[in-house]
Amino acid sequence: MSAPAAAAEGARARRLTEWVYRVRELGIVVALAVLIAVTAAIEPRFIETDSLRNLALNASIFAILAVGQTLVIVTRNVDLSVGSVLCLSAYLAGDLLSGNQDLPLPVVFALGIALGAACGLFNGLLVTWGQVPALVVTLGTLYMFRGLAFLWTDGRQVNAETLPDAFLNLGSDSILGVPILVLFALVVLLVTGQWLRDYRAGRELYAIGSNPEGARLAGVRSERRVLTAFVLAGALAGLGGVLFTARFGTVDATAGFGYELTVIAAAVVGGVAIFGGTGSVYGAALGALLLGTITSSLIVLRVEAFWQQAAIGALLLVAIAFDRLVGLRVDAALRRRSARRAG
Amino acid sequence: MQAETATQGTPPAAAPAPPREGATRLRAALGRWEALLIGLIAITLIAGSALSEEFLTADSFTTGSLDLSEVALMALALTLVIVAAEIDLSVASMLALSSALMADLWNRGLPLELIMPICLVAGALCGAFNGFLVTRLGLPSLAVTIGTFALFRGLAYVVIGDESVTDFPATWTDRGFGNFAGTFIPNTIVLFAILAVAFAVVLHATPFGRSIYAIGANQEAAYFAGLRVKRIKLILFTLSGIVAALAGIVISLRNSTAAANVGQGFELTAITAVLLGGVSIFGGRGTILGVILALFLLGAIQKAILLSESISSYWIQIVTGALLVGSVLGPNLARRVSEMRRRHAHQHPLEEGQ
Repeated sequence: MSAPAAAAEGARARRLTEWVYRVRELGIVVALAVLIAVTAAIEPRFIETDSLRNLALNASIFAILAVGQTLVIVTRNVDLSVGSVLCLSAYLAGDLLSGNQDLPLPVVFALGIALGAACGLFNGLLVTWGQVPALVVTLGTLYMFRGLAFLWTDGRQVNAETLPDAFLNLGSDSILGVPILVLFALVVLLVTGQWLRDYRAGRELYAIGSNPEGARLAGVRSERRVLTAFVLAGALAGLGGVLFTARFGTVDATAGFGYELTVIAAAVVGGVAIFGGTGSVYGAALGALLLGTITSSLIVLRVEAFWQQAAIGALLLVAIAFDRLVGLRVDAALRRRSARRAG
Repeated sequence: MQAETATQGTPPAAAPAPPREGATRLRAALGRWEALLIGLIAITLIAGSALSEEFLTADSFTTGSLDLSEVALMALALTLVIVAAEIDLSVASMLALSSALMADLWNRGLPLELIMPICLVAGALCGAFNGFLVTRLGLPSLAVTIGTFALFRGLAYVVIGDESVTDFPATWTDRGFGNFAGTFIPNTIVLFAILAVAFAVVLHATPFGRSIYAIGANQEAAYFAGLRVKRIKLILFTLSGIVAALAGIVISLRNSTAAANVGQGFELTAITAVLLGGVSIFGGRGTILGVILALFLLGAIQKAILLSESISSYWIQIVTGALLVGSVLGPNLARRVSEMRRRHAHQHPLEEGQ
C-alpha cells in the first residue's frame, strides 16, 4: 500500500470510529430526550426551569468527576478513590472558609484542587513507579483517604451558616441564566475534551489504553502520561469537592461516600470502555447527566425510590452489552476494509 | 489493570544464570507470602496485647471473628473468581438481596427451613446472571459486576423497601449468634471453617482447581489445552452468588435483622482480604490459606484498634488500605532493588575490562 493510500485509509478508519462515537453520544442524547419527554408528559412540572436547574446542578459535580475518571479509564486504569478525595477537598474548603470568612475564593479553589492533585499524584506514583495495579492502589487509597478524612474531621461537620455567602452563592447562582456550577462543568468538559482529542498528550492516553506495549514501542512515555492522568483525575475530584461544599454547605467525613461506583457507571454508560482506549469525556458527562435525570424523573414520577438503583444498574448493563455488539461490528468492518485494500 | 505490571511477582524468566540465583535467594529470604502474613499476625497479636489486656482473650476472639464472618465467607468464593482472573463486585449486593428476600418471604409466612434454600437458589441465579454476561456476551467482569452491584442492591430495595424484619425465631438467631457446643468459637466461624476446607480442597486438590489456575494464568492457553473456560467461569460466578446468599442468611440471623441495606461496602473488604492474602489481581496465583491468614490479620488489627483506648478507630481504614497497597508494593520494590543490584554486579566487570 502506498503512503497516500495508507494515509487515506487511516483517515477513513478515523472517520468511521468518530462516526461511531457520535452515534454513541447521540444515543444517550436521544435516551435523555425520551426520558425527559415521557416524564414531562406525565408530570409537566418536571420541565419547569427550577426543576431543570436542579437537575443540571446535581449532574454538574458528577460530570466533573466522570471527566476525571475518563482520563484514567482511557489509559486502562481505574480510580476508585474519587469519593474519598472529594471528601478531603470538600472538608478542606469548608474548614478553611469557616475559619476565615475573608479568604479569597480563588485561594480556596487552588488549595482544594492542589489537595486533590496531591492525592492523585500519590495514586499515580504507586501505579507507575510502584507498579501496583490501579484497582489495588485506588481500593487501598479509597480506605486510606476516607480514614484520614475521619481522623481529620474527628466527628465535626462544616455547616452552611459558618460559610461566607459569596461562596455558597457559587453553588446556586446563575450567570445569564446558566448556573455557575454548570459553567464550571462545561469549561472542564470542553478543555479536557479538546486536550484529549487534539493534543499529543491526550492522544497518547488513548494509545496507552488500546495497546500498552505498542504505545511503549512507539516511544510514548507511558508512565509519565498515566501519572498525568491520575493527577488530573485527582485535581478534578478536588475541584468537585470544593463545588460540593459550595452546593450543599454541609460537609462531614461521609461526603462523597460511594461516589466511585456511580462515577464509573456514568463514564461506562457514556461509552468509555472499562479496558481503555475508547470513549470521550463528552460521553462520560452525558452519562452522568443521564444517570442524574433517571434519578430525578423517578422521583418526580413517584416511582418508588427503590427502583432507582436497579434502573441504573440495568442501564449500565445495557450500555456495555450494546458497546460490545457495536464494537464487534466495527472491528469486523475495519478488518474487512483493510483486507480489501491489502488484497 | 495495567498490562505492563502483568508480570509482577514472577521472577524474570529470561534472566541469565547468576541473577536467577539472586532471585531465588531473595525469594528464600522473603519466604512465602503466607510466612510474611504469619509474621504480621504475630506482630499484631503482640502489639494488640500491649495495647489492651482484653485483646488476647477468648471473648475478643468471639466478637472479633463474628464481625468478619460474612466477609470471610464471601472472600472464599471470591478467591476462586479472582484466581481465574475475573472479579465480582456484586457480592455484597447479592448478600443484601438474599437478606431482603428472607425478610419478604418471612413476612409472607413461609417457614425459615423453606426460605433459606430459596435464598440460596436466588443467589445462584444472580451469580449465574453475572457469569452469563461475562462468559456468553464476553463482557468484562469489572463492568458487569459494577452494574449488578447497583442492580441487585436495587432489587433488594424493591423487594422489601426500607423495612426490616426482626422477628425471626430465637432458635435460629441463636444459631447465628451463638458459639459452637460450649466453646468460644462462634457457629458462623465453624461454618466458615467447613467451607474453607471445602474450598481449599477444590482449589488445591482437584483437577477443577488446577484448571482455575490455568485459566487465570493464561486463558488462551487453557482454552487450547481443552479446558471448558466459559463453563468453569460460569460455575465460579454461580458459586460466588450462592456463598453471598449464604452470607446474607448468616448476617440476617446473626443480627436478627433482615433488610436491604445490610453489608454496604462488604465487597471492598472481601476483595481487600483476598488480595492481601497474596492472590494476584491478574489471576493464576494465590492460596486459600493465604486468604484465611489475611482475614485473621484484618480481624486482629480491627479488634486491637477497637480495644485500644489511645488509637482512634478511624485508623482501621487507614491501616487496611495501607496493608492492601503494601502487600503488592513490597514485593515489587524488593524485586526492583535486587534487579538494580544485579545490574551493578554486571556492569562492574565490564567497565574494568574496557
